[in-house]
Amino acid sequence: MTGVDVLLLALGVVAVGAGVLVVSTRHLVRAGLYLVVCLGALAGMFLVLTAELVTWVQVLIYVGAVVVLLLFAVMLTRAPIGASDDLDRPGWPAALIGGGVGLGLAALLVDAYRWTTVELPEAGTAERIGEQVFGAWVLPFELLSVLLLAALVGAIVLSRPDIGRRPPESHPPTDSVDGERRAAR
Amino acid sequence: MRPVIPYVTAALLFGLGVYGVLRRRNAVLVLMAVELMLNSVNLILVTADTTAKAMLPHGGQVFALFVIVLAAAEIGVGLAIVLQLYRMRASVAVDEVPLAERPTDDPAQVPAGVAADAARGER
Repeated sequence: MTGVDVLLLALGVVAVGAGVLVVSTRHLVRAGLYLVVCLGALAGMFLVLTAELVTWVQVLIYVGAVVVLLLFAVMLTRAPIGASDDLDRPGWPAALIGGGVGLGLAALLVDAYRWTTVELPEAGTAERIGEQVFGAWVLPFELLSVLLLAALVGAIVLSRPDIGRRPPESHPPTDSVDGERRAAR
Repeated sequence: MRPVIPYVTAALLFGLGVYGVLRRRNAVLVLMAVELMLNSVNLILVTADTTAKAMLPHGGQVFALFVIVLAAAEIGVGLAIVLQLYRMRASVAVDEVPLAERPTDDPAQVPAGVAADAARGER
């Protein structure tokens, strides 16, 4: 056990512990905050594994943007503030499948790698990763930019109910709920 | 560096993500569990970058970057769908989504209490 192993083990324990809390807590907002802890620990593991650029992209995009988006969604759907009991389905099947997948994959990987050691390669700095991205992986990179654009347009179209709607039918709003809803728009 | 430590961590996180997706009712919490799964895949890729000797160096880290971008696109569209669902049904419980009836935002087909609640919420 070298220092790298100890660091990886400690960060892994933090990540898995925070992950357990994400999927088991009864407070919606706390689930988002535990997700920050989990993603931060994973970023630390990336740094120990010499993936510098991936670490900072993870911190910027996941911890910075994705978690903020998720917390906004929690607020916009007017989630209850305190503990709520109706967040979970009764699920032995979920525990069975999730535990089976996790422990099965873990057993497979333990069997594959045992207690072997590898040398850490040279660090994945922005320069080296950039050479690879813009040298060998240009086509997927460009495809991803098109995909991001498509996702952006898709999100805008989805969140604007007035885009692509058929013209309103001739019948006037009849019941009070209908009128109230139209007035609210 | 012993690669079994990050590999096992990633496997356990993936199992937790699967459990969360199947267990949670709230659509936002389902998306959080999906993020856990995507991150475990990133950890596998970054670890494989150190263990596997590939022809192109740092392929695993480049793929981890691509997965992060894909996850950002996924979370954007997913949250747009969740918010639209909340606007239509005033609820984000995934097991209450009607899969049999045609999707509509015609308020006449929404139960009256839900529609009134949604109208109050939009103000």
